[in-house]
Amino acid sequence: MAGHPAGHGLTPHDPAPDHAFVAAEHTARASYGRLLALLAASTRDLALAEDALGDAFERALRTWPVDGVPGNPEGWLMTVARNRIRDLLGSAAARTSTPLDVDVRAALVEHDAEAIPDKRLELLFACAHPAIDPAVRTPLMLQVVLGFDATRVAAAFAIDPRTMSQRLVRAKRRIRVTGIPFAIPTRADMAARLPGVLEAIYGAYSLDWLDQNERVWESIADEARWLAVLTATLLETEPEAWGLAALLTFAQSRAPARVGSPWPPLDQQDTAQWDRALIAEGEALLRRAHSFGDPLGRFQLEAAIQAVHCDRARGGTLDRDVLIRLYRGLVAIAPTVGARKALDALTAPGEP
Amino acid sequence: MRYSLLLFYPELTAEQLGPEGIAEGIRAFEDYARALDEAGVLQSAEVMQHSDATTTVHLVSGELVVQDGPFADTREQLGGTFIIDVADLDEAIAWAAKSPSATWGPVEVRPTATRYADGAWQGTPPVTV
Repeated sequence: MAGHPAGHGLTPHDPAPDHAFVAAEHTARASYGRLLALLAASTRDLALAEDALGDAFERALRTWPVDGVPGNPEGWLMTVARNRIRDLLGSAAARTSTPLDVDVRAALVEHDAEAIPDKRLELLFACAHPAIDPAVRTPLMLQVVLGFDATRVAAAFAIDPRTMSQRLVRAKRRIRVTGIPFAIPTRADMAARLPGVLEAIYGAYSLDWLDQNERVWESIADEARWLAVLTATLLETEPEAWGLAALLTFAQSRAPARVGSPWPPLDQQDTAQWDRALIAEGEALLRRAHSFGDPLGRFQLEAAIQAVHCDRARGGTLDRDVLIRLYRGLVAIAPTVGARKALDALTAPGEP
Repeated sequence: MRYSLLLFYPELTAEQLGPEGIAEGIRAFEDYARALDEAGVLQSAEVMQHSDATTTVHLVSGELVVQDGPFADTREQLGGTFIIDVADLDEAIAWAAKSPSATWGPVEVRPTATRYADGAWQGTPPVTV
């Protein structure tokens, strides 16, 4: 599919892509989600927006090397993509002689090229809407917010690319046909709706744990962390969003130590390999999560557990008592198999 | 967007409901319809007779088959339809959740594909999602 330029180039077998390229790809991915969110918000038609944006990126690749990069690249891409949507809607209207939805036309008014609003959060809430099958939320998010193409998403989930592509197409059609809004839920609905978004981001991160040796997994884990930080930043006052951002930041700080097969368990990893800057960032994110004074949610507790582990890098020892208390709290509110097992292991007879 | 709210619930007899139950149900549907109307979203509201009043009509190989009873004999039956015009699915879900029947059985929320009005079909044919 031509629609995902942000996903181009970085392949799993590429041993050492240079830093500038990775940075460029990241920037492209950041604008991809921003532009797509804005293009799709007016029509709720993600497939149409993807086609239009794909065309705009292709045209940019053709014309920018000749004419030079425009002063406002995002504004340029937005204008080209919007015109393309107008063409596509216009020709569809001509074909079926159905009168074009007035609202759609009205929504396609000229945008202010200098100030492109950030609608990615609205897009995330659409992808993780309760009316969307939970199993397709993470793949959908990877594709439309981060710009991964369907083939890479399929590879990440170890699913046949054609099957994944069909699921994604269906989910996008469902958003349009059922009228799922691109909107941030009201205060009253936030508690019910936010977990879906956080779970979907967490789902993208946990793909990383399937196989650390493939570069593509690391890349998705890194993007998931970035998305968690973005979500927390855009929502500002949601402790669990900050908790997830902290959790993924701590977990990612130890990525350099997750080598070998099987990789060494957490308490046996060489702490010298952990990323100190990410640990400090995780701590700052967790402090932010706690600053609201709310009772600790699942992601904050998991982040706090990670913080205790990461603290071993400083003191050299693991504070088991604190860890047990945190795991007891976690099992009380989110009794997952993993949390129970961890608590059992910590409290088993014979443990120091 | 227009949505049909399809109310499904187990049908109770007048004896099972009792006079107070019936009065309460009537009051709840009064309030619900009025709230929809005052919000300016209500297009139509119909509560149907019980499913045992259904006559099912089918042309089988050109022959007319008329049957006593509903097509699908399930515990929860379609009991009423509310057609509303709202901005998006979230608003439709919010109204569906307020239906007095939502505690007795499921409410299906389905968007309209096309409808006949002013002498023509307004919309596009339904698509498979």
